[in-house]
Amino acid sequence: MAQQNDIKYIAPVAVDIKKKKYCRFKKSGIKYIDFKDPEFLKKFLNEQGKILPRRITGNSLKYQRRVAQAVKRARHLALLPYVTDMLK
Amino acid sequence: MANQYETVFIMTPVLSEEQMKETVQKFEKVLTDKGAEIVHQENWGLRKLEYPIQKKSSGFYHLIEFKAEGSVVEALELQYRRDERIMRFLTVSMDKYAIAYAEKRRANRKEKAAAKEEVKEETPVVEQPQEVNNESNQTEQAE
Repeated sequence: MAQQNDIKYIAPVAVDIKKKKYCRFKKSGIKYIDFKDPEFLKKFLNEQGKILPRRITGNSLKYQRRVAQAVKRARHLALLPYVTDMLK
Repeated sequence: MANQYETVFIMTPVLSEEQMKETVQKFEKVLTDKGAEIVHQENWGLRKLEYPIQKKSSGFYHLIEFKAEGSVVEALELQYRRDERIMRFLTVSMDKYAIAYAEKRRANRKEKAAAKEEVKEETPVVEQPQEVNNESNQTEQAE
């Protein structure tokens, strides 16, 4: 499959143009992540309700930890599901 | 030096509005008796749970922010555990960023509430899609 796709591209696909990821908390100066705001926390979950990894969200380690903490607290309070399908 | 804590608890939906208020008052009393200073309270009303707890799919949420010694938290949680009406609770201590955030949130909610009232007064016909809160139960299921 992958090989078939490769043939389509005569020039090498521009890999370097990839947008640089950034930590949205650092960028916009958010210091505290609230566990009481499930709508915001849903940005960091996939459609099964799992926490997205840092390599996708681009969060810094510090804020990834806080996101994870907040999501887990929200789950405890039934503001977010532990397991689900089609969250989005 | 007293810390600031925030505690959220979920009461069973079986309670009537009055019983719910009574429960809240009980826990207020637990706090004030132990010398805690209540900073802020929020009642979120009946809210749909994301997963069933004790076979109930909704519950009354209540949030209390208070300043107290750590020992008070233990006493409070003991009372939570002993009370059948409480389905879930969470108490977390707040750092300085959390406190700043809470203040901002309070101001925001005030503004929103004020704005909502204004909207209602000016254009009573247009129904604004309100925050998912009280009536979320039926609307979400309908969708």
